[in-house]
Amino acid sequence: MSTSIDLIPVKPTTAIVGEDDTPSRTRKQSGPSFWFRLLSNDRVALTAAGVLGIVVLTAVFGPLLVGDLATRIDLDNSNQPPFTLAHGWANVLGTDPLGRSMLARLVVACQTTLSVAIPAVVISAVIGSAVGMWAGYHRGWRETLAMRVADVIMSFPSLLLAVVVLYVFSPSAANIVMVLALTRIPVYLRTARAESAELASRVFVDAARTFGASATSIIWRHVLPIVLPTMLTVATLDFCYVMLAESSLSFLGIGIQPPDVSWGLMVAQGRTYLHTAWWLSFFPGLAIVITTVSATILAAWARIATDPGQRWRLTVPQKRLSTFTKSGKRL
Amino acid sequence: MFSFVRRRMYTSALPLIIVLLGVFLLARLTGDPTNLYLSESATPEQRAAFAEQNGFNDPLITQLIDYFKGVLHLDFGTSLRTGESAAEMALRAFPATLQLAFATMLLAIVGAVVVGCWAAYRPNSLADRFSSLLSMTAASIPDFWFAITGVWLFAVLLGVLPTSGVDAGVLSWILPVATLMIRPLGVLTQVVRGAMVSALSAPYIRLARSKGAGDFRVVSHHALRNAAAPALTVAGDLMVSLINGAVVVEAIFGWPGIGKLMIDAILQRDFAVLQAAVLLTAVSIFLLNIIIDACYALLDARVREPARV
Amino acid sequence: MKGSSMTAPARHDTQTDHRADAPTVLDVDGLSVEVRTISGTLRAVNDVSFQARRGETLALLGESGCGKSMTATALVGLLEPVADVVAGSATLSGVDLLSADRKKRRAMAGTELAIVFQDALTALNPLYTVGTQLAEPFRIHKGLTAKDAKAKAVELMARVGIPQPETRLNSYPHQFSGGMRQRLLIAMAVALNPSVLIADEPTTALDVTVQAQIMALLRDLRTEFDMAVVLITHDLALVAEEADRVAVMYAGNVIETGTVAEVFADPKHPYTKGLLNSVPVNARRGDGLHSIGGSPPDLHDIPDGCVYQERCPLARDICVTTRPTLDHVGEQRKAACHFPEEVTPRTRGGKSEDV
Repeated sequence: MSTSIDLIPVKPTTAIVGEDDTPSRTRKQSGPSFWFRLLSNDRVALTAAGVLGIVVLTAVFGPLLVGDLATRIDLDNSNQPPFTLAHGWANVLGTDPLGRSMLARLVVACQTTLSVAIPAVVISAVIGSAVGMWAGYHRGWRETLAMRVADVIMSFPSLLLAVVVLYVFSPSAANIVMVLALTRIPVYLRTARAESAELASRVFVDAARTFGASATSIIWRHVLPIVLPTMLTVATLDFCYVMLAESSLSFLGIGIQPPDVSWGLMVAQGRTYLHTAWWLSFFPGLAIVITTVSATILAAWARIATDPGQRWRLTVPQKRLSTFTKSGKRL
Repeated sequence: MFSFVRRRMYTSALPLIIVLLGVFLLARLTGDPTNLYLSESATPEQRAAFAEQNGFNDPLITQLIDYFKGVLHLDFGTSLRTGESAAEMALRAFPATLQLAFATMLLAIVGAVVVGCWAAYRPNSLADRFSSLLSMTAASIPDFWFAITGVWLFAVLLGVLPTSGVDAGVLSWILPVATLMIRPLGVLTQVVRGAMVSALSAPYIRLARSKGAGDFRVVSHHALRNAAAPALTVAGDLMVSLINGAVVVEAIFGWPGIGKLMIDAILQRDFAVLQAAVLLTAVSIFLLNIIIDACYALLDARVREPARV
Repeated sequence: MKGSSMTAPARHDTQTDHRADAPTVLDVDGLSVEVRTISGTLRAVNDVSFQARRGETLALLGESGCGKSMTATALVGLLEPVADVVAGSATLSGVDLLSADRKKRRAMAGTELAIVFQDALTALNPLYTVGTQLAEPFRIHKGLTAKDAKAKAVELMARVGIPQPETRLNSYPHQFSGGMRQRLLIAMAVALNPSVLIADEPTTALDVTVQAQIMALLRDLRTEFDMAVVLITHDLALVAEEADRVAVMYAGNVIETGTVAEVFADPKHPYTKGLLNSVPVNARRGDGLHSIGGSPPDLHDIPDGCVYQERCPLARDICVTTRPTLDHVGEQRKAACHFPEEVTPRTRGGKSEDV
């Protein structure tokens, strides 16, 4: 008889209500198995994680498996449409004007795209978070300085900065990574600063200070663990942004250069064939969307899962199940 | 309030100067424009005259001083390409981008608030999860891909919308705005939803309910105001990225905005125009940040007071 | 547990005996609340029954986690989504709160039933002025205009003792001290003259002098509006000084009820006895502190028999197999124990050689 006035009638996803045969108190609340259980409760997040896993595996191992299929020119097979096996299983997604397998090119592009996006995210995350936490903890001039620097970077048209730098210094993968990393630092900096500033005013920080802890150790031991989950979420979302940015740059011609291939570049290359060979632009774009959406879903799940105060949302059983689960038995 | 705004403007002055400096240096880094504007067969004397005329022979510091002097008089020099005042060119192109940006953000904000509040009202319901998925997909679509597909679908295949240009009245706005809007709409919807869910689980909501407040009042009066701050931050960032000149969109649709102007200026090493354009953009972004901070202060009284020691 | 003068509870209200026939305003019968957690469903409130009478203060007394706060939130209808009311009724002015529809409940929120929360700072919306928030009940239920509602708010603020109410109307919650904020919460709760006021640990976060003022205010308001006050607390001294009746809770169950004077002088449940004995009255330097050994049971794992069996000095076989029901052990007194007669009265000074 649930009659509470409830603005939020929760009808969430699957849930483990609990096994009352095992001693529930000994169920671990930490460690990888805990996270896996939490993840497997949410089917959508689990799917997203699976998709991302496939993408990462493709990026790492794909080019090895695909070999030279991505570069072998076969003009007899140029611009073959997808979804038929008539031209061999490798060309199931069609071929490009030079007869190269779309599937193979997508796989190789995956590696290139990820090898630009991931380092950029890691670099900007580490630098941005470190500076942000430091600035937020100390406040005063350090905070003002850091925020102004962030403002400067953010007011610099980021795409423009990328264009200028890459135009001047030639667009190599490393340069792209550095430029993208630089433009994304403010995002981490501001979030880390805000959280760090809020934490610095909490009592436990004063307590640590009273027994002589230095600022660095306080930041490392107290601030960082609390800020980390938020940073991971931001990083996951930022990964999406960086991927899209790299694609835009490649699309404009100042990102990844041929003969290297990235998804963005493939879209650009397919633009002129829009009427005749729609799959040239469509599939790479689709690949971007799928990867980005999965990362976003995972980030949304992580935001809830890493906040102990909100975690219950992932464990509340569906309303129609609850009548069967009064005894706490697992369904 | 005024002192708050004034303080923010003072602290913004220095970064603005740094941006100007940065533009100056970077623009120079893109290389010597002489070869672009004079034909290959130009004689050394002609090259020398060109360089002299545009001050390229002066030491960098002199160029810098001239540049800043010009800035103070709002004179950014003349375009190497067209000979017009760079400031004029920039000011002419800016409104087009601004209009596009405002239209986009307005639609995105309205859409995000409506969908976000509605989804937060019944979290984890089918409707909520569906709209979440939709907004996440929207936030993930590469704008150039969306634009190309849109052009192909509506302009080429169906022929209902123009492929580019600004001449078809409202119709020519549809595809550019839609393309530009899709990502902000997706991002903002998620942010509004998240912020609203947080606000709705706060203790003061319990108090409001215990006083007998109904659902609408709780959502629109109590929760929304508390959810506004994070949404405002994100909206500001998105606006910045729009003002950046949705370069890609302007390129694809031939929209005569400032993003296109900047790209052209870089490719043609037109320093003056580049400087003017970047400065205009930077100033507007700073102003935008100040406006957003002022909005925070209006919304939340705690912000107005200086930080406690 | 705090405690001061425990031997003879100071009473501010000399009309205790006349209250026996005060009309019952809130009748809670068999209320049970279950909470779904990641390790299973547990019963946080089990078969709780009590009555609150007009002009009287009923104390729900118990340690942290005994379910008293959850009882209150269940009554007001503000349970977390993971918690459900699974049994029981709560009749207020002829309406069963727990089975009424949302509209009815909303109409009664603030007009018949009001609650004062523990933490005043988070309970108030930080972004709106105090005036706006105080005016809110009038705007919602009486449909007053903003101006009239504000005037009422000023009256309220004056009534609860906030100085310069006209100017402070435009202040924000964070600009008030803790005691003032609590007064504001109380003001909001009594704005529409409810029949029942639930005060959830209203003074826990305040220092002792402010505590006295707040309780005095509550007393005055109770008389003025002829309300029933349900006081939720873990503070024995507060109960002794302020409450007329008490319902002692343990592990989600009510284990003893009665008037404060009788229960405190002559408890009929070993837990109550243990509580009262832990207060160090007339202690001398060098005496040990008394406490009840052990700790409350994990709510996931409540034993079948009496909930108190593991810590009870009187526990026997029957206590393990059969849960005692809340039975009459005297006039207007109930206790949930198989052997209430073995709980000896407290000696003066609270010596605890006995149970």
